[in-house]
Amino acid sequence: MAYVLLRHRDIPDINKIDVYKKNGGFAAFKKAVTKMQPVEVTNVVKDSGLRGRGGAGFPTGMKWSFIDNKNWPHYVVANADESEPGTFKDREIMESNPFQFLEGLALASYAVGANAAYIYLRGEFWQVAAFLDEKIAEMEAAGYLGDNLFGSEYSLKIYTHLGAGAYICGEETALLESIEGKRGQPRVRPPFPPSYGLYGKPTIINNVETFTNVPMILANGADWYKTMGTMDSAGVKVFSLSGRVRKPGNYELPFGTTFRQLIYEHAGGVQDGRPVKAIMPAGASSSLVVVDDKVLDTPMDYASVRTLGADLGSASVIVLDDTVDIDWVINKTIKFFKHESCGKCTPCREGNYWMRNLTNRIHSGKGSAQDVDLLLNVAKQMQGKCLCALGEFSTMAVVTGIERFPQDFKKVVKA
Amino acid sequence: MSLEKTYPKEVKQILAKYPPEHKRSAVMPLLYLAQREEGFINKAAMQDIAQMLDITETEVASIVGFYSLYHDEKAGKYRMQVCTDLPCALRGADEFLNNLCGNLGIKVGETTPDGLVTVEEVMCLASCDKAPMFQTQGPDGIKYHDLMTVDRTMELIDALKQANKEAK
Repeated sequence: MAYVLLRHRDIPDINKIDVYKKNGGFAAFKKAVTKMQPVEVTNVVKDSGLRGRGGAGFPTGMKWSFIDNKNWPHYVVANADESEPGTFKDREIMESNPFQFLEGLALASYAVGANAAYIYLRGEFWQVAAFLDEKIAEMEAAGYLGDNLFGSEYSLKIYTHLGAGAYICGEETALLESIEGKRGQPRVRPPFPPSYGLYGKPTIINNVETFTNVPMILANGADWYKTMGTMDSAGVKVFSLSGRVRKPGNYELPFGTTFRQLIYEHAGGVQDGRPVKAIMPAGASSSLVVVDDKVLDTPMDYASVRTLGADLGSASVIVLDDTVDIDWVINKTIKFFKHESCGKCTPCREGNYWMRNLTNRIHSGKGSAQDVDLLLNVAKQMQGKCLCALGEFSTMAVVTGIERFPQDFKKVVKA
Repeated sequence: MSLEKTYPKEVKQILAKYPPEHKRSAVMPLLYLAQREEGFINKAAMQDIAQMLDITETEVASIVGFYSLYHDEKAGKYRMQVCTDLPCALRGADEFLNNLCGNLGIKVGETTPDGLVTVEEVMCLASCDKAPMFQTQGPDGIKYHDLMTVDRTMELIDALKQANKEAK
C-alpha cells in the first residue's frame, strides 16, 4: 500500500517543492481557497473521522468547528514539541515530507479563517526549524503563502517558533504561554483554545501528524480515508516503535494493526529472540501492560487498547523484554517527570519529588515493602488532582507497574 | 553591547514574526541570539532584552531559568547532551555515557580541561530509535548525532578541536 504520511519513503525527493507539486501537492489547498467555503473543508475533515494524533485522539473536524466566530483574529498553531519519551514521528515527517505538513496547516488555517499560523517546535529541533523556514520561503515565492492567495481575498503567513527544552510545552495551553513569551505553564481549562487561545484569541492547535493527514483527505475524500483503519479509529497512524526490538523506527500502518504484527512482522521481533514482558503503548506516560498472546493480538486502535487498561496516546510503543526490571523502568520514568514537572500545581510538583525519592531508594535496593506501599499511595493521591495531563500521566507507570508486576518489587526490597 | 546593534537584521526578523502589541513573544528567540556568542546569557543581555520588550528583567530571568536550553553560566564551547531516558537506556545509553566520561576523564556535568566540551545528561530528545544519541549545543546551534559509539564520539570531539584551532 502506498504511504499516506511518510510519502518520502515512496517518493524520496518529495521535500523539493517541484516534486511535491508534481505529485499533486497544493492542489487541495488551491481547490479549497478558490472553490470551497471554509466550513466545507471542516466538514470533509469531520466526515473522514480523523482524530488528533498528539495523544488525546479528539475528533479533528469537531475541534475546528468549535472556533469562536464572534471573536477575531483567529490563529492556528502546529504542536511540533514532540517530547514524549518514545515518540519520534513528527521529526521524520517535518524533515522528509515538509510540504504536506505545511499544506495541511494552511488548509486548517483557511478552514477556521486564520491569517497567521505558528509552528511551535521543541528547541532541540533547531535544524528542523531552519529547514522549515526555507520551505516556508519557497512556498511564499511560489505563491502558496502570502497575500490574496490564488487571486482570492484570503491571506496567510506561517511562522516557526522554537521552544527551549521543556516537555510541558507539549501541553497545548503551556505551549501558548510559551509563544506569548512566558514560562510554559498550563492554563486552567476551560476556556479551551478554540474560544480563548493565543493572545486570548480563538485558536486551533493540532499535532504535526494530524495536519499532515489533511491534504490527502481533501484530495481523496473522506470515504477513501475511512476505508483504512477501524470504525473507531479511521485512517493510518505513524507508530513510533522503540525499546528491545530488532528494528526500532517509525511504521505507518492502518489503525487496527496488532501489536504482534508491528513487533514481529514489521520490526523483526525482539532482540536476541527474547519474549516480550511488557509494552508501554503511549511512551513514558503510558500504563504498563503485561504481555501475553491475547495482548499481542490486540488491534492498535483507541478503543481496543483501552480494554488492556492503557491508552494508545500518540502510539509510541516501547517494548520491554524479560530482562527488564519494572522497578528500573519506573525509576527512569519518574526521573523524567520530576525533571519536567513545571511546578505550577502542588500535587505534580511535590508528588513527583517524593515519587523520585522513593523509586530511587527502591531501585537501589535500600527500600522496604512499606516504601513500595507508600510510593503507590503517593501516586494514587496525585490522581485526579493535577492541573494537566503531565501530572496525571506521571503516575500511570508507577501504579500499573506496582500492581501488575509485584514480583519485580518483592525482589528488590529489604526483608 | 545591545542585541539591536550586534544583530540588527536578526532582531528585525524576529520582531516581525509577532503582532507589534505582543512583542514579548520575541523573548525566546532573542535569548537564543544573546546566547550565541558565549554559550550563556549574562545579566546585561537580560537587561537589554527586558528593555527592548518592555518587560522586567526578572521576567526575562524567569524564562532563562525555566527552559533547559538557556544557560546563565559559562560551560564548554560545546555542550554534549546525552539522552539517557527510558527508550535510549533500553538501547545502551547509560553504558555509552559512562564509557564516554571514562574516556574523557571527566564526570557528567564537567568540562574537558581545554574548555571545549561539557558532557551533560538530558531528557528525551525524540530520537529513541537511534540510541545511543546526543545533541551538541554550541555557537552554530543544535545538532543531533544519532547511533553513536564512544569511538565515533571521540572522532567528533577531535574534529571540533581541529575546527576550533583553525578558527583561532
